[in-house]
Order: sequence, then structure tokens, then C-alpha cells
Amino acid sequence: MTASAHDPARAAIDAIRARVFAFPKRHFLSAGDLNAPQATDLLDLAEAFVALNRQTSKTLDILKGRTLMNLFFENSTRTQSSFELAGKRLGADVVNMNPKTSSVAKGETLIDTAVTLNAMRPDLLVIRHASSGAASLLSQKVSGHVVNAGDGQHEHPTQALLDALSIRRAFGRVSGLTVAICGDVLHSRVARSNVALLHTLGASVRLVGPPTLMPAQAERWGVTVHHDMKSGLAGADVVMMLRLQLERMQGAFVPSTREYFRFYGLDREKLSRAAPGAKVMHPGPMNRGVEIDSDVADDPAVSLIQDQVEMGVAARMAVLTSLAARLEGKQ
Amino acid sequence: MSKSPASQPLAFVNARLVDPESGYDGPGGVIVSEGVIADVAKGREFGKLSKAVRVVDCGGALLAPGLIDLRVRTGEPGAETKETLASAAKAAAAGGVTSFVVQPDTAPAIDDPSVVDFILRRARDIDSARILVAGAATRGLKGEQMAEIGLMREAGCVYVTDAGKPIVDSKVMQRVLTYAKGFDALLAHRPMDPWLAKGGAATGGEFAGRMGLPSISPMAERIMLERDVALLEATGGKLLVDQITSAQALETLDRAKKKGLRISASVSINHLSFNELDIGDYRTFAKLNPPLRGEDDRQALIEALANGLIDVVVSSHSPAPAEDKRLPFDEAAPGAVGLETLLPALLSLYHDERIALIDLIRAVTLAPAELLGLRGGRIAPGAPADLVLCDIDAPLIVDAARLLSKSKNSPFDGRRLQGQVLMTVVDGRVVHRAEG
Repeated sequence: MTASAHDPARAAIDAIRARVFAFPKRHFLSAGDLNAPQATDLLDLAEAFVALNRQTSKTLDILKGRTLMNLFFENSTRTQSSFELAGKRLGADVVNMNPKTSSVAKGETLIDTAVTLNAMRPDLLVIRHASSGAASLLSQKVSGHVVNAGDGQHEHPTQALLDALSIRRAFGRVSGLTVAICGDVLHSRVARSNVALLHTLGASVRLVGPPTLMPAQAERWGVTVHHDMKSGLAGADVVMMLRLQLERMQGAFVPSTREYFRFYGLDREKLSRAAPGAKVMHPGPMNRGVEIDSDVADDPAVSLIQDQVEMGVAARMAVLTSLAARLEGKQ
Repeated sequence: MSKSPASQPLAFVNARLVDPESGYDGPGGVIVSEGVIADVAKGREFGKLSKAVRVVDCGGALLAPGLIDLRVRTGEPGAETKETLASAAKAAAAGGVTSFVVQPDTAPAIDDPSVVDFILRRARDIDSARILVAGAATRGLKGEQMAEIGLMREAGCVYVTDAGKPIVDSKVMQRVLTYAKGFDALLAHRPMDPWLAKGGAATGGEFAGRMGLPSISPMAERIMLERDVALLEATGGKLLVDQITSAQALETLDRAKKKGLRISASVSINHLSFNELDIGDYRTFAKLNPPLRGEDDRQALIEALANGLIDVVVSSHSPAPAEDKRLPFDEAAPGAVGLETLLPALLSLYHDERIALIDLIRAVTLAPAELLGLRGGRIAPGAPADLVLCDIDAPLIVDAARLLSKSKNSPFDGRRLQGQVLMTVVDGRVVHRAEG
């Protein structure tokens, strides 16, 4: 290990690693896989990585000799590079597979791809796929650890973790806060994972959006459902905006972008309904002028959006580190 | 049917005889000879039997008419690797199914008398089950131009249907119903509004929402059924609702029946046995079309079968090899094989004390026989000697790998059921006998 008395960041990481825990499951597929102490441990560890990431010397050897494979069937700039950086800073060999230019494009199935890649013995597989359940399917066919980096409209658990980390750093806690998740909840894996983790950590959650973009019986998720931003944002501590996919803007689910922005886009006026000191979040990439006004998104006094990106690397380092703890002893 | 040599007369004695036509459920026996039922003993014993007769002591097991399955897909012609007529017939025999109707959604489609003839010629060489044919209602199952319903009837097709594809154009539907009436032909139609169902892979509701699966409202079924009933009322045709699955559509069906329309309905054994939670961790082997519904719907279906609102139970046998199933959920092929599990799965409703044995047997024997005007489906002198002998209490763990079907996509894999088919008789010949 790299513990060094001269480096408080590294010492903090080692102290937390000595105190905790291997990841509770073989794979990280769902935010619901974590209970409150486990999630808190991960956040503590991530917090320590934040300090490390702000130093010039960021590299550890926790994953030395391990192979991390990024398998992104859907394009993603920030999540893929975030996992890549996380892996590299932990000392892993990182391979980015691009299925678009590989044999998947030649008709190979997900399982065949998984079996093929598995033969190369990756220790950690990070997967993003357009189909709900794809990460779970892959996890049944490989010997390494699978991290779900977004499966269809189902889950994106590391996003929930980095969001919780951003909230905790801004407020000092997650428990007891009111979080309003706004916009296209129906198609959002970010929303599903966040609802699960925020509940685990003791926040109360509201879902706000037009009825056409709200899942059936969402009120049974233990949230309150609002179709009006005014009531949905009233007194909220955190306003988490979701991306509206371009193909869903024109006519199918909402009549137009301008109508959507008028009623569900976040601007100063709507934000003024939230609690004093409320923070604004967005998983990115943003559609400025559709779901969020630039004036709000770019205001460092209220926006946590840049923090979220920074926290992404730390949160993923925490997840990889704790999954790697399960690898120790395995050759 | 078969050209195998004339079979030895058989006497089944000491059975629990269930015959839905006469409403008899009690001790008895049956003698079959020359491919027909020669004598039936209810609550009595046969007198002295000739030495030529082979006696089968049933040991109190259920003896019922062989099952008639109105909805079976095979891959013949076009996808023989999934299932052939012969492999489906073997699976049928193992499941106590003595007659089944193949669906026209093959490649090429069965939408022409020559293809009906082709299937029936192939079927003639197959001994283990009687294979009947459903012809397409419209050419290429496209829902545009009417198929040659009259000529296909002459060639031997037993009903017409566009199988899993609804006839969307109401004018075409109206004409098919009107035209088929001239031949007194039965039209089976899947009620599903294509726009509401578009892109869906699971039933819309809380569960699909949590799973992030694109969903179909059960309303898609009700809306199309409401239209079909209205057209049926106007035309006076004969309609079989192909696989009703939802409580709200049952209300529509009930109204239509009370009006005296010539309407009947089938339900698949899958929708009686599973609900939407069975797709669990994206279990594609439970991905069906129509998709599995909520538990409330399943209970309503069982209730409707018990009170006779639903007439027929089908296996909805739909082979899909592993490569079509082992995919992410929304990409996986829907459907399940079911010929071999139909009877034991159906018996669950008897063991659970939901529906009387004779009523369950009726839904897979006499009811489909009467819909198609077949002489089978009953135990009466002169009826075809198609029988199933089943130990209804014998425990069974379904092992998909051991199914005789070429495709092993069974959602019942690993399920504990009761009911072991001991012997299946078609045309007076034993076509299946349980091992050991």
C-alpha cells in the first residue's frame, strides 16, 4: 500500500480502508444494493479520494495489476472518462472497448461479447447499455466484477452515489433533506437510482414532471408526485433536474421545447420557491433553455453541477476500491 | 392420419374416468378398437374380455379425452431449427395433447390452400398427434387483403386467424367477419391496439416502471376487443378471442356473451400460471406476447375460467431457441413452449381447489372440439380413440433441458407441479408412455 505519513490524503484513504469493508455484493448493479451504513462508508471513502484528486500526485496502487474494462454500448463522454480516470488513478490497466467498431456491430450478441471479453480476464467490467437489465445479464456470464454504468431506463447507481456525495458536501448531511427530482422521470435511470439511494440515506424525495413523463404508480415508490413545479419545489433543499432526450421533446411526450421550458424548465422564478440556500443539480449533459436556464446552471452560488462531475471520479474510485477488496486473495 | 398397422384393442380398467360431455367424473373404463372408442363403462366393470384385448390397469389414474390445443406455433415451414411438426407432435404426445392446431405465422405464411395442403400432407406421416391447421385471415397476415378462406376451408383448415397480428384496419376486419360467416368459419383474433402496444415489452404499471421497461397498457387489449365486439354485433360472424389476458377485457367479453353474440375466448396457460413479477430480474423466458399481467388480472382470468366466461385454455406453444432468448429483455423474442407442461400446469388449479377437475378438462377437450366441430374431446362410443392417462397427484419438477420440444424456452423450468402423463393414445395407438 501507499500509506505515507507525509501525505494526509493517502493516510486518510488508508485509514478508511482499514476500517471498512469489501463491497457488499459481487457486482454493483443497483443503488438498492446498498444499505445505509454501506452507502455511508462508500461516501466516506469517496470523500477521502476527493482530497487526493486535488493534489498533484493522484496515483495509487490499489488496483495495480488489475484490469478495468470499459464497455460502453451507448456513447458517454463524462461517465466513460470518469471511470477511466478512476481506474488509472487507482493503478489499474484500463481498456476502453468500443462496441460500435467491434464485433457487436457485426451481430455478436451481448452474451457472446461478454464471454469473449471474460476470456481476457478483466477484473472489473464497467458496462453501459441501452437496454434495461443488460448489466444484470452480463453479470451472470462473467467472472469479474460488473459495475452498472447505466442500463436503459433502469439504473445508474454510481451517478446516485456521486449525487449523494455532492449533496453531503454541500449540506453536511443527506438525511432529513427534501430533494425534488424534476423532468423526464419516466425514461430516467438517474431518477430511479437516486430515489433508491436518497431513501436509504434518509432524504425525502419528490418527483416533479408532466404526467406523460411520470412512471405509472410512481407514488408507490415512496415519493410524492407533483405535476406543478411550484408545489414540487416549495421548500425543497435540492432541485435535481433531469435531461429531456431530444427525441422526446417534439410532440410525443410534450408538445414543444418552449412549452416544456415554460412549465418545467428551471429558472430563477421557479427556483425562488425552493428553500433558502437550495442547490441545483443536473447529471448532464444539459439542454440549456429546455430543462434549465443558463443563468441558474452557471451560478456557483446555487449550482452543484460542476461539483457533480468532480465527485464522479471520487465516487467511482470508492466503488472500484471496495469491489477490489473482494478481489484480494484472488489471483 | 397414420398408416401404422391396425392396433390391438385396448381395455383401460380401474380408472378415474372424466368425460366433460356427459359430465361424468368417477370410476370406470374404456375399450378402444379400430381407432375409436368401442365401449365405455361408468361405475361398472366390463364383462369378460376377449383374449385379443390388451388390458391396461389404470390404478385409479385419471383417464380423460386427449387434449386439443388450439394454439401451437411450429417452425415449419421456414424455421425448422426451432420446431418441426414432428418434434411438436412428440412434445404433444408427452404432454397428453392428442390434437393441436398449428398457426399460420410461418415463412411462407399459411395463407393459401396449397400451404394448408402441404402441412396436412406432412402431418399424415406423423403418428404421435393429430395436426390441424389454422389458415391466415388475410394474405401474408398483413391485414390488408382477405385470404382464400373458402378454399383453405376446403383444403382442411379448421379456423382462420392472423395469429399474433391484429387486423388493424376495421374495414378489413368487418369484411373478414362478414365473408367468413358465409362459410360458418371461425375467426380467431388477437385483440391488441397496435399504437398503444407499440414498443412495449411488459405490462404497464408499477413493476415495469421500476424495472425501466417500455410498457404496454392492458387497455390495448380492451380497446381492440370493444371494436371487435361492435363489428361482430354488426356482422353476426363467429369470433374466438385469441388469448384474453386482462380483467377489463373480460368485462367486454361478458357483455358480448350476454348479448348472445357468437363469441368465445381462450386463455393461455401462462397467463393462468404467472404474473408480471415472474419477469423478475429481466427473466426473458417469461417474456410473452401478450405480456404477463398483474396478479389481479391473473385472479380474474382464473375466476372467468371457473365460471365459464373463458371457454378454452391453450398452451400458446411458441418455440424460441436460447439465442433468441438470451438477450437484453427488450431485444429478446417473446413466447414460451407449453405442449408438455399444459396439463400439469392446468392441474395446479385443481390442486389449489380453484376449479373442478372436470371443468378444467372441458376447457382443453370438449370446448375446443365443439368450437371446431370435431368429434374428439369426449369419451363416448364412436368418438375417436384419443385419450390421456395421467397420475394427477404425481409430483414433477419441470426440467426444460429434458423437454422434447426442439426449443427449451419454458417459463416453468424448475417449477414444482403435480401431474404425470402416464400414457397418451391417439387413434387407438399408444403414442407415449411414461418411463419407468
